[in-house]
Order: sequence, then C-alpha cells, then structure tokens
Amino acid sequence: MSGTNGQWPLYEIFVRSKRGLNHVHVGSLRAADDRMALTHARDLYTRRNEGVSVWAVRSDDIAASTPDEKDPFFEPSGDKVYRHPTFYDIPADVPHI
Amino acid sequence: MSSSASPSPDGAAERPQERLHPQEHTHLQEHFDRTIAKDQRIEPRDWMPEGYRKTLVRQIAQHAHSEIIGMQPEGDWITRAPSLRRKAILFAKVQDEAGHGLYLYSAAETLGADRQDLTERLIEGRQKYSSIFNYPTPTFADVGVIGWFVDGAAICNQVPLCRSSYGPYARAMVRVCKEESFHQRQGYELLMTMMRGTEEQRAMVQDAVDRWWWPSLMMFGPPDEDSPNSAQSMAWRIKRHSNDELRQKFVDMTVPQAEKLGVTLPDPELRWNEERGQHDFGRPDFTELMRVIKGDGPCNAERVGRRRTAHEEGAWVREAAAAHAAKQARREEKEHAA
Repeated sequence: MSGTNGQWPLYEIFVRSKRGLNHVHVGSLRAADDRMALTHARDLYTRRNEGVSVWAVRSDDIAASTPDEKDPFFEPSGDKVYRHPTFYDIPADVPHI
Repeated sequence: MSSSASPSPDGAAERPQERLHPQEHTHLQEHFDRTIAKDQRIEPRDWMPEGYRKTLVRQIAQHAHSEIIGMQPEGDWITRAPSLRRKAILFAKVQDEAGHGLYLYSAAETLGADRQDLTERLIEGRQKYSSIFNYPTPTFADVGVIGWFVDGAAICNQVPLCRSSYGPYARAMVRVCKEESFHQRQGYELLMTMMRGTEEQRAMVQDAVDRWWWPSLMMFGPPDEDSPNSAQSMAWRIKRHSNDELRQKFVDMTVPQAEKLGVTLPDPELRWNEERGQHDFGRPDFTELMRVIKGDGPCNAERVGRRRTAHEEGAWVREAAAAHAAKQARREEKEHAA
C-alpha cells in the first residue's frame, strides 16, 4: 500500500486498440488506486483514440519468467519440430493442404 | 511501502553483479555484446554493463525532464492565445509534452531509477534538461517557432532513437514521434497565418526566428570533436547518429521551409554546397550552450523554480489520493471479512 510519504504504486497498462484485437502492453504509470490508474491510463495512453478498452494491473501482481531461466524455461518447445506444419512432406499435387 | 520494493515485471531486477563469478560475468558480457551486434533490443531484466545502464538513466532522465520543463515556455501563452482554436491546440500540445515526460520516466524506472528521486534531482539542479527551454517566449510568434524549430529538431533527434538498443526507450520514442509531427505542423501553420497578416505580424515572426535559430542548432549538443561520450553511446547503439550529422540534417530540412514561409534564417554563412549536396552553415556559439546548460541561461532559475513550486504545491493532492486509496482498501477488506 502506498504511504503518505511513499510513491504511488506502479501499474502496467494494456490497451485494446479496437474490437477483435488483444489488449497489448503499452507502458506503465503510477497511481494511488485502480480507479486513478484507469483514468490516468486513458489520459496518458489514449489521447488519440488509440483504444476502446484499458486494463491496469498492479505491477507487483504480475508473475513473470526471469531472463536467467530463459533457455531451460523455453527448452521444451525447442526440440519438437513435429509441432510445425512444415515438418510433414506432402506431395505438391495434393490440393488444399 | 511494498510497491517500490517489488519491481515491475519490466522493472529492475535485483542486480547481484558483484557476486558474479568472473567467468559468469564474461559470459553475460558476451551475450550482451552479441545482442547489440545482432541489432536486437536489450530488455529491462537482461544483464547489462553498469555503464550502459547509467548512460541510459542519465539520457532518459534528461529527456524526461526536458519534456516536463518544456511545458513552461509555451504554457505561458495558453491564457493569452488569440483564439479558442489556438488555445485548444496549445493545451493539447502542452498536455502531450507532459505525456512524453511520463512515458520517459516510466522507461527510466525500468532501469531501476526512482521517479521521486528523479524529480528531486531536477528541482535541486543535479540533473540537466535541454538548454533550449531556458529561453523566453515574449511573443505569440515564439509558440509557432518553437513548434517549427524546436519540435522539428526534436524529431531529427528522436526518429533515430526509435531504433535505440534499449527496448523501453525505443518504444517510448515511437509514441513520442507519432505525436511530435502534430507539434511541428501546428507551429508552421501558425507562422503561415501570421505571415499572411500585417507587416507587424511578419516582423514578429522574423524576430522570433532570429532569436530561436541558433539556440535550436545548439539543441543537438556540442560538436562531435567535443562530445566524448558519443562514441560509446553509438557503439552501444543507444545513439545512431552523431550530433553534427543530426544538426546538418535539421539545417537541410529547415532551409526550404524557411523559404516557403518567407523568413530569413539569421546566418550569413548559410548556403547550398553543390559538392557536398548539403548546406554550409555557421558555427553556433557553443560557449553559450555550455553556459546555459550550466544554469546561466535567461530563464533557468525561473523554470526550475516553477517546477519546484508545482511539485510542492501538489504535495497535498498526492497525500490525499494516497489516504483515499488506503481508506478504500480498508473498507474493501472489512467487506470481505464480513
């Protein structure tokens, strides 16, 4: 919680630029509470119709992978080439595949 | 307060560099160098050399401070703008500058900088901001010339920074550059309007051009031979072009705009050099630049003083918001318990 002499907490801001698209991380800001985080996010990140929806998430509520574990963490997907369509040889004259 | 202790997922990770085994350090340095060489971005929680981090914090903080202080010279004209249209435009522009400052402060925070600390450094004069904002704005034509020259120069500087090697800085610059184009165009349009006006208005524009031209050229910093940190910044790909290259680009870009507008740039040495395919131009007075950066410009004390006052007078708002948030949180807790 932010004390009176402390800083407001940090929020990460995600904006959906239009219907049909995902919310995308656009940056961060400091705000005293969730409501202020949303109004500040509107003023800071959507001054030119950049969004139709905003999420504000307390930065310290986000679980993130660390760069140190990058290689082993993502390794399981590294050696599974058969997950890609290009792994399979199909004759060129087979249509629509 | 937990929020500053626990970093953002994008924020500065604990940096136990001192405890690293020398071999591990070499390995990390190599990985960093390879990332830069491949022209990929460094992201907040990647390992980076301390020099890289410090250089970036200094540069991003100065940049952020410049945006925030930069609200003042034009902000002075908001209440005196000659029409509602001009007033609304100026409001939007000054609000954008605040926004740019905030994008940049949050980029600096991803490097472990503390936002409150940055503000204090600015108002105590321990961190710098662009020299250009220490010049006064005595006439409304200054608003136009700032948009045209100062924002034009900022565009020259900032477009290459969109490819800066540090991810959050580059991304902030992309947003800034998108908005900067409006700033430059509104300035030029304002001047075109004045140039179509009375003799007095045209003289006002020329006077503003005369006063802002040289300080605008100084915005690019000292000449390359006197800019000792540039080479390292370019090696790290924080910077992409030298000060003199950017200055040249700005001159070449601005000369035809001045002709079209019908004003004279106050440099008797300014001429097209067929051989180089660029303009030759006079040397700005870099002793003036150094003097203004060191604090002895026409408005340094006023700008920093006003920033300090705004910060101090806003203290009760920050405290009230924090107290309100605390009260809401307690109330929610109680409701959950019930």
